[in-house]
Amino acid sequence: MSTLQTSMPAQAAAVDTRSLWSRLRTNRNWVALWFMLPAAAFLILFLAYPLGLGVWMSFTDERIGRGGVFIGLENYEWLWDDAIFWLSVFNTLLYTIVASAIKFAIGLYLALLLNRHMPFKAMIRSIVLIPFIVPTVLSAIAFWWIYDSQFSIISWSLIKLGLIDHNINFLGDSNLARGSVIFANIWRGVPFVAITLLAGLQTVSPSLYEAAVLDGATNWQRFRYITYPLLTPIIAVVMTFSVLFTFTDFQLIWALTRGGPVNATHLMATLSYQRGIISGRLGEGAAIATAMIPFLMAAIAISWFGMQRRKWQQGSNND
Amino acid sequence: MTDSVLPSKVTSQSDESDGMSYLESLPRRVVTLYIPLFVILIVLLFPFYWMALTSIKPDEQLIDMNKYNPFWVIHPTFKHISKLLFETQYPRWLWNTMYVAVGATTLSIIASVLAAYAIVRLRFKGADAVGVLIFFAYLVPPSILFIPLASVIQAYGLFDSPLSLILVYPTLLIPFSTWLLMGYFKTIPYELEECALIDGASRWQILTKIIVPLAIPGMISAFIFSFTLCWNEFIYALTFLQSTPNKTVPVAIVNEFVDGDIYKWGSLMAGALVGSLPLVILYAFFVEHYVSAMTGAVKE
Repeated sequence: MSTLQTSMPAQAAAVDTRSLWSRLRTNRNWVALWFMLPAAAFLILFLAYPLGLGVWMSFTDERIGRGGVFIGLENYEWLWDDAIFWLSVFNTLLYTIVASAIKFAIGLYLALLLNRHMPFKAMIRSIVLIPFIVPTVLSAIAFWWIYDSQFSIISWSLIKLGLIDHNINFLGDSNLARGSVIFANIWRGVPFVAITLLAGLQTVSPSLYEAAVLDGATNWQRFRYITYPLLTPIIAVVMTFSVLFTFTDFQLIWALTRGGPVNATHLMATLSYQRGIISGRLGEGAAIATAMIPFLMAAIAISWFGMQRRKWQQGSNND
Repeated sequence: MTDSVLPSKVTSQSDESDGMSYLESLPRRVVTLYIPLFVILIVLLFPFYWMALTSIKPDEQLIDMNKYNPFWVIHPTFKHISKLLFETQYPRWLWNTMYVAVGATTLSIIASVLAAYAIVRLRFKGADAVGVLIFFAYLVPPSILFIPLASVIQAYGLFDSPLSLILVYPTLLIPFSTWLLMGYFKTIPYELEECALIDGASRWQILTKIIVPLAIPGMISAFIFSFTLCWNEFIYALTFLQSTPNKTVPVAIVNEFVDGDIYKWGSLMAGALVGSLPLVILYAFFVEHYVSAMTGAVKE
């Protein structure tokens, strides 16, 4: 209703006969255009235009220092027969699915723990978020040292405990390297999932749990039939972001392995950088980046439906 | 709820949500709460402990793990940190990072305040569609944009200049900040604006004299969150900056310290530690703002 009231001056201006300038000055659309201009300029010049340009470049054979000509789907045909590209797709899906699933499980568990009453609650909550604050590359460097083939503290501890008898080559073996980068990604992502889900948990009214206990519900039933349904919408949003950022991850891999050993940890983003910037084949790099778009669209679609569902729930959720 | 005594007592302290903790015995709490929480906290904090410990360890203790217990340090040294600060270009990289982060964040906040105000309060034609578009812009990751952006930056003649980052980072920050500020602006009552309009204030005066002062907490949240995002950003900085003195801390750490020397670890960890500290200190002062920015952006 108040929207109508604020629109009154603009309508009044339209009917009277003041000068063009004074009419424009109170026209909401005209004023809004100027207010939107700075944000729109940034987003069009450095986001929308490059997005289109990237798709176009994927159809050309552009290289660094040389313009490209249109070559149709040749880059994609080339990639279709490229085993390394398919390996990177496999790695990306593995990395995203495993890391996101574990981040969700541990994140939700940590959120439930943090939601309980304990001493120093506020301080513990702030400490939990620290891995998310520190720049990824800098914590990845710390993991690089922890995973060092000679001086790894994990190998040292396990040897002292008598569990193994030689150093583990964390980043030198294909599967160990995959596991190591996934662990580092989980380590960084859990605080984000936990703190955002905790914010969702805090909106769940304790009286619902009281009522469930009076009705004889077990711990699991309380989680399954109260916490989980009320948390579903925020889980949808948080996990969409988590999946999106894990899928397009670049810096953690680049700081830890640069795609090695023998391409075992190459993600689509790192392969795109390797081919596009280091080898200078911009067209091919852009094609790899463009190939990520369908996956991102799928993630966005899930986010969208998650939000629709939230609106529907808010309509019926009045206790 | 007919017997309203107990529930009303509980909901009055709903944010604490300790309504039923009296049902639990202490040993049970230790097993189900304190031990798992302790383990998770140790895992989350260990890399930082290890980073800090390594950066003050003398070299011989770093590589001889049998003679010295690796989990502690005897005779700590500031050699690595002083070497970092006085013998490398580290201060310069810190300055670059700070300069880029402050510049990009300031530009983004200004653009976001204007855009969020227009979308929420001017209700121009298509405002809702613009809001949705901005949300989608938030979902476009740098990993698919860096190659075309490199040619755009080249074309504008900004290659190898920190200015290129100041202009490009707002594309990451504006969608997020606008979305967050839209939420804040919605909570400011219309009546304040209507009074000002009746008194003859222009939209610009309303924004600067009424809306902005009331939205300061939201703007601090957006600023802190954007600042950490800038500090964290890697792929654009790696692609656009070539010469050593122009690099930002994350890029320089990865590219300039890797010399194959087994004694590199001390200075590498010192570099990571010094690069993280400004953010951790900033975070310590603004925890509440940071958390509200993070959760607010997800909830809106």
